[in-house]
Amino acid sequence: MSIEVKNISKSFGSFKALDNINLDLPRGELIALLGPSGCGKTTLLRIIAGLESADQGSIILSGEDASNKHVRERQVGFVFQHYALFRHMTVFENVAFGLRVKPKSQRPSEKEIRAKVQRLLELVQLDWLADRFPAQLSGGQRQRIALARALAVEPQVLLLDEPFGALDAKVRKELRRWLRRLHDELHISSVFVTHDQEEALEVSDRIVLMNKGRIEQIGSPREIYNEPATSFAYSFIGTVNEFRGRIEGDYVRVGNDRLPHGRTDLSDGASVVAFARPHDTEIVKGSEGEGVAAKVNRILTSGAITRVELIANGDARQGKKDYFEVEVTPNDLAALGLATGEAVRIKSRRLSLFGENERR
Amino acid sequence: MAYARAKRVLPGFGLSLGFTLAYLSLIVLIPLSAVFIKSASLGWEGFINAASAPRVVASYKLSFGASLLAAAINVVFGLILAWSLVRYTFPGKKLVDALIDLPFALPTAVAGISLTALYAKNGWVGQYLEPFGIKVAFTPLGILIALIFIGLPFIVRTVQPILEDLDAEFEEAAASLGASRFQTFRRVVFPSLVPALLTGFALAFARAVGEYGSVIFIAGNIPLVSEITPLMIITKLEQYDYEGATAVASVMLIVSFLLLLVINGLQAWTARRTGREA
Repeated sequence: MSIEVKNISKSFGSFKALDNINLDLPRGELIALLGPSGCGKTTLLRIIAGLESADQGSIILSGEDASNKHVRERQVGFVFQHYALFRHMTVFENVAFGLRVKPKSQRPSEKEIRAKVQRLLELVQLDWLADRFPAQLSGGQRQRIALARALAVEPQVLLLDEPFGALDAKVRKELRRWLRRLHDELHISSVFVTHDQEEALEVSDRIVLMNKGRIEQIGSPREIYNEPATSFAYSFIGTVNEFRGRIEGDYVRVGNDRLPHGRTDLSDGASVVAFARPHDTEIVKGSEGEGVAAKVNRILTSGAITRVELIANGDARQGKKDYFEVEVTPNDLAALGLATGEAVRIKSRRLSLFGENERR
Repeated sequence: MAYARAKRVLPGFGLSLGFTLAYLSLIVLIPLSAVFIKSASLGWEGFINAASAPRVVASYKLSFGASLLAAAINVVFGLILAWSLVRYTFPGKKLVDALIDLPFALPTAVAGISLTALYAKNGWVGQYLEPFGIKVAFTPLGILIALIFIGLPFIVRTVQPILEDLDAEFEEAAASLGASRFQTFRRVVFPSLVPALLTGFALAFARAVGEYGSVIFIAGNIPLVSEITPLMIITKLEQYDYEGATAVASVMLIVSFLLLLVINGLQAWTARRTGREA
């Protein structure tokens, strides 16, 4: 089922949680709603599910306006961050719940229910836990049961609200992979909310990046990572070096230093924010010339890439981050012969500039 | 001894257990055992005679019957009250919340007098019931009303915190799985409240069995019809029949104790059924 979100706005008091959101999500994809906490992603998910109503705008599921439909009739499966398993029911009864509450005419027979629940428990690989109560399961198991329960009613869309948020790192990683595999098996349109960029980049087909109630960028994980559309997208995804300064001809003036840039459409004196990924940043020796002055703080070697952490000099500190990070290959590192505490300069082959007013 | 010597993380087990037992003995066990010791001086036959006189037996039936019924009625309406107090906001909510506790605070005699005044033949409420042949004051029905009055706060106050803790997520989950409001309540909300309702029921029942002040005015105290067991005990005391009074009291104690034990058992059973350790 495709999901269309049209002009959705929602305020809580004077706080604007969602500001005119428009989205068109094709069927069968696994989509991540990504953003920092308070960006409105959970509110949007709940509005799609029908657990919350929008102040204006409409939700269209499979081409049909569902804005006024109750959550009961929307045929969405919802998975909660804290599982919301019914504590007084066994795992089996939890999964069977959606089948048992169907109107008499549509309710499957007891035998069919048993078979279906068994199938779902096998799907989430927990059929051996059927007789346990939720209190006797681990967090990861509970979330898988919650997913099986949501799938029991054969929803058209699966909505997951920070599904792995309450789990520890290892289980999280496992479940992530498992969710991806499950999706590839079932091809059910799914939307999950997360604040964890790694999770979004790793699991989803498409990422909707949100900030302050607006959509910053929609794209595949590759696009989001490699071609951030806004300065927010740049600073939120991945590690990034950030410089703030003014345009001075072909250079960005950062304090007393200057960085070369390739853009021609910016007028002199405009304030800009410049970003560069650690692997697009290079270190040059010497204290004169192009580049921003910094001091080598730590050299971290792990695997094929060495990460060099640098502290910005006083002047460059108007740039928000005090630390820079540069990735170098062992060969380059050997050629440079860096020592901790050494004063160097950094510059970038691929500097991305955003005008100060483009920044929200 | 090996068991007692096992290492415990929390210190002071011996001290706190000792204190608990000593305190319980002093406050509860010794006075209660005095009841049995005193009644024992009657001898077996005397005890049976005192405790099974027709008037006394009628009072047992009334006391326990009315108390159980009142507690059951309170479970239903107390739940509704707690529900509206937790789930909705309305003007004067704080006031209503405070009103709930009033039956706790009010001297029971005051409650008895005002209930009698209301439900008497010429009272505010009684005068409208009279034409239908419904008599409340001076009948077992009046006793029931008094017991409902004093038992209400127990249910509301035990259910309220549990309801407040019950996350809206559970109801949302049920709704997203296609359950109607009623199905959600019956299958999800209500089962979570059962332990609290049982506790409230037990408390309301225990209070009702022992209630004297508020009942005595509205009951009319007609022998074999509207005499409650505590009244039988007082009557015997006023006749200086201390042994007889303690005999009736012991029967009451034992029955109450057994009933409370059954309720506790029920609670443990529901707890086990839901995977929580009892």
